[in-house]
Amino acid sequence: MPDIKFRVKRQDPGDKKNPEAHWEEYIVHYEGDNLTVLEGLFYIQEKYDGGLSFRYCCRASICGSCGMYINGAYRLACQTNVKHLDTDLITVAPMPHLPLVKDLVVDMDEFFAKYEYIMPWLIRHSSDPEKELIQSPKERKKIDMPVDCILCGCCYSSCPSAWGEDNYLGPAALLKAHRFEVDSRDEGGKERIARWNNERGVYRCHTIMNCVEACPKELNPTEGIQWLKRAAVRRKLLGKAK
Amino acid sequence: MIHHDVIVVGGGLSGLRAAIEAKRAGVDVAILSQVHPGRSHSGQAQGGINAALGNHPDGRDDNREKHAFDTVKGGDFLVDQDCAVQMAEDAPRVIYEMDHWGCPFSRFEDGTIAQRPFGGAGFPRCCYGADKTGHYLLHTLVEQAYRLQVKMYVEQYVASLIVHEGVCQGVVAYDMIRGGFEAFTANAVVIATGGAGRTYSNTTNSLISTGCGMFMAYHAGVPLKDMEFVQFHPTGLYTTQILMTEGARGEGGYLINDKGERFMEKYAPKFMELAPRDITARSIQIEINEGRGIGGKGYVHLDLRHLGAEKILERLPGIRDLAIHFEGVDPIEEPIPVVPSQHYWMGGIDTDVNGATVMPGLYAAGECACVSVHGANRLGGNSLLETIVFGRRAGAEVVRYLETLTDRRPNARSAFAAAQMMEQKVEELGVREGKENAYELRAVMTEVMKDHFFLFRDEAAMREGLERLLQVKERVKNINLRWTGSVFNVDMIRTVELEGMVDLALCVAVGALERQESRGAHFRTDYNTRDDLNWLKHTLAYYQPDAAGPRLDSKPVTLGHFELQERKY
Repeated sequence: MPDIKFRVKRQDPGDKKNPEAHWEEYIVHYEGDNLTVLEGLFYIQEKYDGGLSFRYCCRASICGSCGMYINGAYRLACQTNVKHLDTDLITVAPMPHLPLVKDLVVDMDEFFAKYEYIMPWLIRHSSDPEKELIQSPKERKKIDMPVDCILCGCCYSSCPSAWGEDNYLGPAALLKAHRFEVDSRDEGGKERIARWNNERGVYRCHTIMNCVEACPKELNPTEGIQWLKRAAVRRKLLGKAK
Repeated sequence: MIHHDVIVVGGGLSGLRAAIEAKRAGVDVAILSQVHPGRSHSGQAQGGINAALGNHPDGRDDNREKHAFDTVKGGDFLVDQDCAVQMAEDAPRVIYEMDHWGCPFSRFEDGTIAQRPFGGAGFPRCCYGADKTGHYLLHTLVEQAYRLQVKMYVEQYVASLIVHEGVCQGVVAYDMIRGGFEAFTANAVVIATGGAGRTYSNTTNSLISTGCGMFMAYHAGVPLKDMEFVQFHPTGLYTTQILMTEGARGEGGYLINDKGERFMEKYAPKFMELAPRDITARSIQIEINEGRGIGGKGYVHLDLRHLGAEKILERLPGIRDLAIHFEGVDPIEEPIPVVPSQHYWMGGIDTDVNGATVMPGLYAAGECACVSVHGANRLGGNSLLETIVFGRRAGAEVVRYLETLTDRRPNARSAFAAAQMMEQKVEELGVREGKENAYELRAVMTEVMKDHFFLFRDEAAMREGLERLLQVKERVKNINLRWTGSVFNVDMIRTVELEGMVDLALCVAVGALERQESRGAHFRTDYNTRDDLNWLKHTLAYYQPDAAGPRLDSKPVTLGHFELQERKY
């Protein structure tokens, strides 16, 4: 039964006696050769400190709840097996550059406000057919990458352009814009473009590509944003809505 | 106190679909969810959603009647047949609607929605988006909820119902971000909180699938139906029970034992790996029990290697990633170790075909409800369908109900009292000098469910299990809260919900002991055949505040469309 040390960043801004950030260490025991960081956090919460706060849901890397900063990288706690970190010290911190709620829980309101702002839904003007809208496998392939986004926020937290500019929409929202702009069924090019084709939108991306490195689903928001930049020029020159 | 005409508890597929339907009718509706709706358990669904669209070349002769029949037969005839017919009837339109809203379904060459074969189905009618269908459907409905500006209260843990003179008038919720309890009044409440998989230690379900909506309704006096019927999915990952979709077998994957045999030949010669889940899961367990698990261990192999890298990467990329991350196995190179794992809750809050419960103002939809369209065993691809079909129907029914109301002012005193009661309850948990640890008790309960109420049941083992659950129920009275802070108190949520989870476990136990037959997922080695003469009826469980377990009653199954027959695959 192996032991491993967890070093967890704790902070309760509402605690009048101790509102400052500090690190606490815990020894986590586990059986077999598998322990995910999320399981380690539950171990701490159950055995040592009921007050440890963190988000969790699916524990199968699809819900996007448990994005954290683990051993110097953005990871989903549930998807991270401690043995793959190849160390005996696991350092867990909340996603940086986001307002803190408590411990490992960050405030995602702004993230979702920006998501909502880019109109993340299929826009249709034509009347819908009785059956499905026809979409060829080739057209479907264009949305393969962006539809796998789980909105965990890792990319947004990692983006230096977002750190310096509160109004920058950030990689996740822009990837969502890309997802609809490339969908053959979408007819919202005219409405949506005003939301992303400006200095708070795609032009604030300086292709630093932290988002690509941060994404636990191995998606490429930068590629989506560059596609949007090209689309904006194309539309301007050719006068097309999409 | 906050008021909305309609409150939907739960932001998964059923809740979102119900809210969207009500909102489109112009009703003031709000969703309260423990997690952001896009993080709901619905997103873990992988394989697909059934509808007789006939897009597959082998599905040209498929139709709604055949979908309904497969559902009824799959459910071992405990299905209310009129409801199954209604679900199959509604299926194509709700799927087309999801497509019109942008759901990224996979496509056939002709550009129509792709369909694959699935367990217990006579035709390939399972519409899919790779092996992430739940994720795609969920995000599509989240997007529509944003488009329609449905009010969403995110990270609100709903803890109890507000009931005034027998009418449901809202809920009490713990605000996880700001702290404290708040009363939300409403003229109607729709519960859409999903299943109770976390009462078992070996479950595919999300950590929040604790059945909270079910036990809230149960404690308020609404009966739970057919709780002894719990689905065990044939293929959860060996070490974590994370789901490996039935779509893996739909695409041609094999189940293999230690001797290298496709053992399903013995149990379901015609359907093979695509027999219904109850039969496939039991077959796997028999192989394991008789020593033919891989290397004599407690698992068999799900072998996809013959499908080839291209097909796996196109159709099953999600489970490949999961197998790599969580089991250290790449299905392109190696077979996947799998075990039967708790997966779905056939039983739930007793509702009619429109989601109405016996309590005026209270509705339920999705896994937490029991309509019943799944009977004794749900077919793969019917749960995603259930969420959208019955979420939509419940949303529409709530709108009709509101129109019948003459007095639309919920009783403020009852609402205030309900909120105060929750505050007191938590406060008392904090100061109580209990010796019991909530997490140890939770572990005992979930192990009892796995060991005593799993695939094969018998009187003696279940009696022992029931005894142990009753002990847990007694000990739960002596748990206390270790942390009493107000913000994001995970300890409080996990402590408070334990009591309700034990009550749900007791409903399973008592119902399973009572039902002296084998039907669908409920298999008893001491009564190993179906007994239509005595047991073709639904079980109803009523909460008794002064007793440890439920009071049981029954009600008839609605027949009339299809003849009863023996189930062979």
